[in-house]
Amino acid sequence: MKLDYLDQLESEAIHIMREVAGQFERPALLFSGGKDSITLVHLARKAFRPGKFPFPLVHIDTGHNFQEALDFRDWLAESLGEKLIVRYVEDTIREKKLKEPTGRNASRNALQTFTLLDTIEEFEFDACIGGARRDEEKARAKERVFSVRDEFGSWDPKRQRPELWDTYNGKIHKGENVRVFPISNWTELDVWNYIKRENISLPPIYFAHDRECLLRDGKLLATAGGVIQREEADELVTRRVRFRTVGDISCTAAVESNADTLEAVIAEIQATRISERGETRIDDQVSEAAMEDRKKGGYF
Amino acid sequence: MDLLRFITCGSVDDGKSTLIGRLLYDSKSILADQLEAVERASKNKNDGEIDLALLTDGLRSEREQGITIDVAYRYFQTPVRKFIIVDAPGHIQYTRNMVTGASNCQLAIVLVDARNGVVEQTRRHSLIASMLGIPHLVVAVNKMDLVDYSEDVFSNICIQYAELAKKLDAKQVTFIPMSALNGDNVVDPSQNMSWYDGPTLLNYLETVELDHDVNLTDARFPVQYVIRPQTPDLHDYGGYAGKITSGIFRKGDAVTVLPSGETSTVEAIEFFEEVKDEAFAPMSVILHLADDIDISRGNLIVKSDSQPVVTQNIEAMLCWMDTKELKVGSKYTLQHGTFRARCVVRDIAYQLNVNTYEETEGVESIKLNDIARVVLKTSQPISFDPYTKNRVNGGAILIDETSNVTVGALMLT
Repeated sequence: MKLDYLDQLESEAIHIMREVAGQFERPALLFSGGKDSITLVHLARKAFRPGKFPFPLVHIDTGHNFQEALDFRDWLAESLGEKLIVRYVEDTIREKKLKEPTGRNASRNALQTFTLLDTIEEFEFDACIGGARRDEEKARAKERVFSVRDEFGSWDPKRQRPELWDTYNGKIHKGENVRVFPISNWTELDVWNYIKRENISLPPIYFAHDRECLLRDGKLLATAGGVIQREEADELVTRRVRFRTVGDISCTAAVESNADTLEAVIAEIQATRISERGETRIDDQVSEAAMEDRKKGGYF
Repeated sequence: MDLLRFITCGSVDDGKSTLIGRLLYDSKSILADQLEAVERASKNKNDGEIDLALLTDGLRSEREQGITIDVAYRYFQTPVRKFIIVDAPGHIQYTRNMVTGASNCQLAIVLVDARNGVVEQTRRHSLIASMLGIPHLVVAVNKMDLVDYSEDVFSNICIQYAELAKKLDAKQVTFIPMSALNGDNVVDPSQNMSWYDGPTLLNYLETVELDHDVNLTDARFPVQYVIRPQTPDLHDYGGYAGKITSGIFRKGDAVTVLPSGETSTVEAIEFFEEVKDEAFAPMSVILHLADDIDISRGNLIVKSDSQPVVTQNIEAMLCWMDTKELKVGSKYTLQHGTFRARCVVRDIAYQLNVNTYEETEGVESIKLNDIARVVLKTSQPISFDPYTKNRVNGGAILIDETSNVTVGALMLT
């Protein structure tokens, strides 16, 4: 009697989600429309059906999202009959008179943090479930499953709580909140294998399609929505691509691919020699500690 | 496919980072851009040589100080198994982080420098690994290249270590001579140690028997959450959501709910709107009982034929993890799985020296990273199994009631 590794990872994630439900008054599931948070929603069904989710889905919309991902988000919440809360970075920029980043590779990704913290305050969320994985990046590799953040949302890597067995300590003071990562121990490949096994639907941009892109520094940037301004050196091209990660248009690059089925995507990931973030994220490459710094500032 | 979680204990000086780097590199688990990033960062250092420690040390302060401070998790797989490497710090001041990492592992690799043999650190790491109940221990005798790959050196270390192991609970100890730097016996067999006919490290990790690590005899189900939709079509639905931490539950099993002691039978086992005849650890399911009894989060459902201890007076080995000292009379919140109660420290039986294994009685207070045997009284009865018999149902944490921080790990006896 032994569980396959995917069943072990699944059970661990379900257990973590139920700990959130059992320990917190006002949790939320942060939903981005990407494959990892779609996987979280599937796991939430396994954790709580036939009951309702004990938390709403919350999306912080940068205004620079792929339409396909937004359509999918709305369809998913609707078909599950679960509550969806959307808050817009656009509004935060206006209300707080924030300065939009300009210049090369400018992105609203960092501004998301302001909207997220405001949303946490608005709804008094005490726990936010997210789809971050430890294999993504080396600062993430260090973070606990229950990651306590102070009232500024800051992660203090030197003061992490010990976390033993599957005993999670979610006790916090008012104003603090906990970021919870149920798929901490999953790899990119695990997520894809699980999506295939469970027959989970994804937005179509995860699969190969023809797309108009700007070729900049060897990366393919989507022209969709006019988010990325064309520069002189950029070459306008149409390529067969797919997205390996789906985030803000301004910081997610497409990869050239012919993989138009789950099987083909999995085969491609198995053969790749480049990591997920390295290939597609534009915002992690600024400095060696980019992610650590953003987490200290309250980023997801 | 199987999943094995293992911890590597040691410091950079023992070649721990080199060993992990070697495992990842030789099993082709380091991706090109990650290696490039390490190369880039290495160039900023004095000698410009590729520093594999940069691959594992994720925090700025770790890179600055050249040490591991907190646990990092790495993932790799071979065609046979999936692995989670729990990369733990070796320094004594980060013992609590090692304990965090060790708690979920089935195997520990204790690194020994062939030139130094068994040292204080070896004793400390081995003690923690065995106290946390890790069933398989690998003593990696590293840097064999620096002792001319000598069989005598290796044998002497094995003898030295066997002495130490007698005092520990380790169920299975395996010795492997290696050179992580040159790759001898890490992934590929060594050409320099023909006298060694055992497995390479990866070979051993791929084949070590894991079937008996899960306790399948004592059925335990801590209730996490009660699912009660109360919608018109599911008006009478009520199910107990939780993870089976040990044992097997079957439809029709006689069960007892603790601490109340009320009894019932398993009416159904549900998983994602499907009904199953049986479920076993570590599955997360929903249990339905035949009788309508008062059950809430923190209760433990067990099979009536094998019951745990139910008491308010407990004894445990304690690993203390806070700068604020623990004293007799101190009060804490105790969390055991999903169960929480208050507790008071009634006695410190002795403190255990992590390096010499000597027990000192009459200790007044317990400091950060100390290990001690303590006697506690809880405000509510706790239902547990001895840690050596059941890791999940035998472990508990102490939470400081003002800071809310996890300050202690208890291995109940």
